[in-house]
Amino acid sequence: MTSLRIFFIGGLTSYRALFNWITPWILVPTFVVGPITQMLLFVYIGRNAGIGSDEFFVIGNALQYAAIPCLFAMSNTIADERRQMTLGIILSTPAPRVPLFLGRAMPVIANGFLVSLFALVAGGLMFGISVPAPAYLPIVGVTALCAFSCTGLGLVGAALGLRVRETAVLSNVIFGVLLVFAGVNVPLDDLPDWMAAVSPWLPLTHGIAAARALADGATGASVTGEVLRETGVGAAYVVIGMAMLSYFEWESRRKATLEMA
Amino acid sequence: MRTARVFAVAWIMHLKMLSRSSFDGVLGVLWPLFFATIAFLMYGAGGDDATLLYAAVGASVMGIWSSVSTAASSAVQRERWAGTLELLVAAPVRLPVVLLPITTAMATVGLYSMVATLLWGRFLFGIDIRIEHPLLFALAVLATVLSIGMVGFLMSVTVVRYRSAWALGTAFEEPVWLACGFLVPVAILPAWVEPVSWLLAPTWGVRAIREAALGGSPLPDIALCLAVGLCYAAVGFYFADRVLTSARRNATLSLS
Repeated sequence: MTSLRIFFIGGLTSYRALFNWITPWILVPTFVVGPITQMLLFVYIGRNAGIGSDEFFVIGNALQYAAIPCLFAMSNTIADERRQMTLGIILSTPAPRVPLFLGRAMPVIANGFLVSLFALVAGGLMFGISVPAPAYLPIVGVTALCAFSCTGLGLVGAALGLRVRETAVLSNVIFGVLLVFAGVNVPLDDLPDWMAAVSPWLPLTHGIAAARALADGATGASVTGEVLRETGVGAAYVVIGMAMLSYFEWESRRKATLEMA
Repeated sequence: MRTARVFAVAWIMHLKMLSRSSFDGVLGVLWPLFFATIAFLMYGAGGDDATLLYAAVGASVMGIWSSVSTAASSAVQRERWAGTLELLVAAPVRLPVVLLPITTAMATVGLYSMVATLLWGRFLFGIDIRIEHPLLFALAVLATVLSIGMVGFLMSVTVVRYRSAWALGTAFEEPVWLACGFLVPVAILPAWVEPVSWLLAPTWGVRAIREAALGGSPLPDIALCLAVGLCYAAVGFYFADRVLTSARRNATLSLS
């Protein structure tokens, strides 16, 4: 029962406590304007370069934009606690770590999902993209899955936040890596071989491929492979993130470096 | 003379500080490189070398704007957080004379990104980057840095009441890349964008840099770039005085 309380109430409280971040003055430019301008940029580059379709860029960039809340909010759950001098207090409590950190991830997944969903709808309307009606629900599901897998990577970023002072720089760099490597704007076949070899191991790659296939008329069953791979990648990052959090917390206690990143 | 000295000293001091900042320095170089990489891959896939060169030169200017758009929007806020805003306002030098070199230093830091992007394009993507008029190219870059610094100055004083102005500045980053023709010709955008682009100093800056690099005549664009930038600076001076007077009258200088 305590674990459930930590998971749900603790997670929501932690999310609401992102005071420096959860304000319409930041959310509107970041989560409403941001994905639209990114889509516009790449749609027009695509048109000028003569590659891809508007649908290709709208789906890629809309799903990829989940990375903004998923990476930044997760790393801020560590960095903001440190800034507000509460990190030590939290880590000195006997609260089990799995519900403590995974609970913080839940509202972030919801946030990333809503940002991507908004971007998909806005981009679809702006560019007049037609998607078969039976694909709506599966695409919504894939969008939620992408938010989950991105949050897994965000957990890794949050863990690195116990060691890296500049979490904003770190999250921006990870965002950029996803933008380049995850097949968001450049088809995987057009990426250099070494880049294409990295892509399958990143969140979003399989989810974006699945969403594009669904929008092109593929059935839900035909994208099961991509969906399973995206789930596997997301789950792997969650496990890696939790392991890193445990290790860095242990090391911080041993070396008394919790507040020194 | 005193104003020139303040400008020079403040510019050098802030350039040194920004160069040592991981956010403004390191990320300032890396962030535009991600976008440049995608643009190079997309134009490379399109198979048109001339378009690739066009994009490479435009992409190199992205970093100058990126280093200003977010940071300049929160320039005053940073001074407020550092507890130095009151000191700057109380100093005998006018506040705009202190702010302008800060935003110019931000634009100057963008030169790291410019060089990095050109080298990235040359050595990783094999783009044959030749600068036909090196001196005019340098002049165009200088004019672009100055005018983007002036745009940043105007942003810094107009959004001073907006506590989270950095988010607004970030939201301006990609629209300006797009509307000013950094990566795609303005002609392919909706028709209403072109008149808007004429009012944006970076439009003339990137045109001048392209003209100089590709062998055209950049002087008219350089002149327009500086002229539009000076207009921004004049408006910025006016706003700065108004905002400062209001903050003093209402005792809100340290509030936001």
